[in-house]
Amino acid sequence: MSPLRRFLRTPEAVAGAILLAVLIAMALSAPLLFPGDPQAIAGPALLSPFQDWSLPLGTDRLGRNVLAELFHGARTSLAVGLAAAAAALVVGAVVGTLAGFAGGLVDEVLMRITDAFQTVPSFLLALAFVSVVGSSLGIVAIAIALGTWTGPARVARAEVLSIRERDYVAGARVIGMHPLVIAFREVLPNALPPVLAMSSVIVAAAILTEAALSFLGLGDPNRVTWGGMIAEGRAVLRTAPFLSIVPGIALVLTVLGVYLAGEGIVETTAVRRGLS
Amino acid sequence: MTRALTLLRRRLVGSIFVLLIVVVGTFLLLEAAPGDAVDAYIVSTGGDAGMIELLRHRWGLDQSELTRLANYLWALLHLDLGQSVTFSRPIRDVILERLPNTLLLMVSATALSFGLGSALGIYAGARPGSFRDRFLSIGSLALYAVPGFWLGLVLIVVFAVDLRWLPIGGIETLASDKTGLDRAADIAVHLVLPVSALGFIYLALYLRMMRAGMAEVWRLDFVLAARAKGLSRRRIVLAHVARNALLPLVTMLGLQSAQMLGGSVVIESVFSVPGLGRLAQEAVAARDTPLLLGIILTSAVLVIVINLAVDIAYAFLDPRVGAGEAGA
Repeated sequence: MSPLRRFLRTPEAVAGAILLAVLIAMALSAPLLFPGDPQAIAGPALLSPFQDWSLPLGTDRLGRNVLAELFHGARTSLAVGLAAAAAALVVGAVVGTLAGFAGGLVDEVLMRITDAFQTVPSFLLALAFVSVVGSSLGIVAIAIALGTWTGPARVARAEVLSIRERDYVAGARVIGMHPLVIAFREVLPNALPPVLAMSSVIVAAAILTEAALSFLGLGDPNRVTWGGMIAEGRAVLRTAPFLSIVPGIALVLTVLGVYLAGEGIVETTAVRRGLS
Repeated sequence: MTRALTLLRRRLVGSIFVLLIVVVGTFLLLEAAPGDAVDAYIVSTGGDAGMIELLRHRWGLDQSELTRLANYLWALLHLDLGQSVTFSRPIRDVILERLPNTLLLMVSATALSFGLGSALGIYAGARPGSFRDRFLSIGSLALYAVPGFWLGLVLIVVFAVDLRWLPIGGIETLASDKTGLDRAADIAVHLVLPVSALGFIYLALYLRMMRAGMAEVWRLDFVLAARAKGLSRRRIVLAHVARNALLPLVTMLGLQSAQMLGGSVVIESVFSVPGLGRLAQEAVAARDTPLLLGIILTSAVLVIVINLAVDIAYAFLDPRVGAGEAGA
């Protein structure tokens, strides 16, 4: 059975894939369906959902179209989540490979730095970084990656430690390849699968951290973010709780989709590797 | 006992290096912030160029970065974190005042998530593949996807605004003059919602770990041996399977402490709990970088201490953890 078919036979994985597909469709179609500034006033303030069909999810305190904000927020969530996770995975894989392959003092120093990053609560680190450098989409992504690269680094190092004693690595040494070339050309690609298996958890964590940062008002002020929307709605929590609840549901479904699809992919590929 | 002591000593030496990296790294990062404590001070009080000059000199801000780092480290050795501009008080005092609330929140949330999470995990893992196993598995995954701050708001809407069962925020009723047990009960009532909001995501994590761990253990030979001996299912589940699946959860307890400390920043902000996390947010808002630095260091020390405690507990729980093996 092909991995794709096995993936499609797992109901959880399919549900995750559908959720993700909807999210990506929302993110891509946002500028087409809702052109112009989503933060512009679109109607009367605090319109409840399902009252006016030109504003299906109603409006917020300032009369902004909630549905348009939701679509544009999907773009921010996805962009920051993917960028932060990619950065964390790349940095983690490189640091882990260097530490594991070089061993000795290099390993010791790199791992103590990793320890240090794991000792500081990553959310505090992100908070400090954004408050120092200022908040834009890229900075928020870097701030999140600062706290998440350590997991991939540890996994990559552990993998590299087991790979570096293999015969083909010894062979590469014998033919006089440069150690760095061996590390990144021969060892790293073989150490990648378990690192990549972490990616769904990391993307999900990055999306949640971005939401929390923008909830505290530290997100990119020029972008609509779901966290920002939830914070906006907090001021009218008693009278219009839907303003905070709707973007939160979007957030939950997104993270759930990432988990489910990620778990599905890991499981189908793991079984395949187990069989071969 | 000597085993635990050797472990403790080795970890302590490593921790000092790690802490040094944290201090230097965070110091340099916050140095890069535009504006210094004097700017922040002048914004709130006003003052001319001469005043700025004088303050910079008095607070040692006119010296080079390296000198200031050395001064900071020296002061740190005397447990002096400097002076907070926003509070006009020693940073150490401000932090110590807020720390107990955060610790209370963290300990309660850990107890809730670990206790209930592992219990439900055992309940689900006792019969792999059953309806309750699948239900709890999917339910915990859904819970794992819920951001704590949003869950907090939903809990507020339901239990504080609509039902009016629980207070909307704060750590205790202000100016109520409650003492002793009354006060403890008052604080407990205030803690229900924030602890749930902070703890539920970890509850899901422990449930999933317990369940997955038990699934691994079920396959092992000693379980078969226990069955062959004719032990009751209940006894096999509790004394053999769950017990062996519990150890990784203890490790997770230490690893999650940093995450939970970070999570409490947002939760404290949602429920207006005057703790360390809310202080961090206030420090960011007021651009009080020395205060933020102090908070980050305190958190790092806390995380190190918790992990040390977990390591030692682990050495007692699992006799296979030898002092001879090197920990990386």
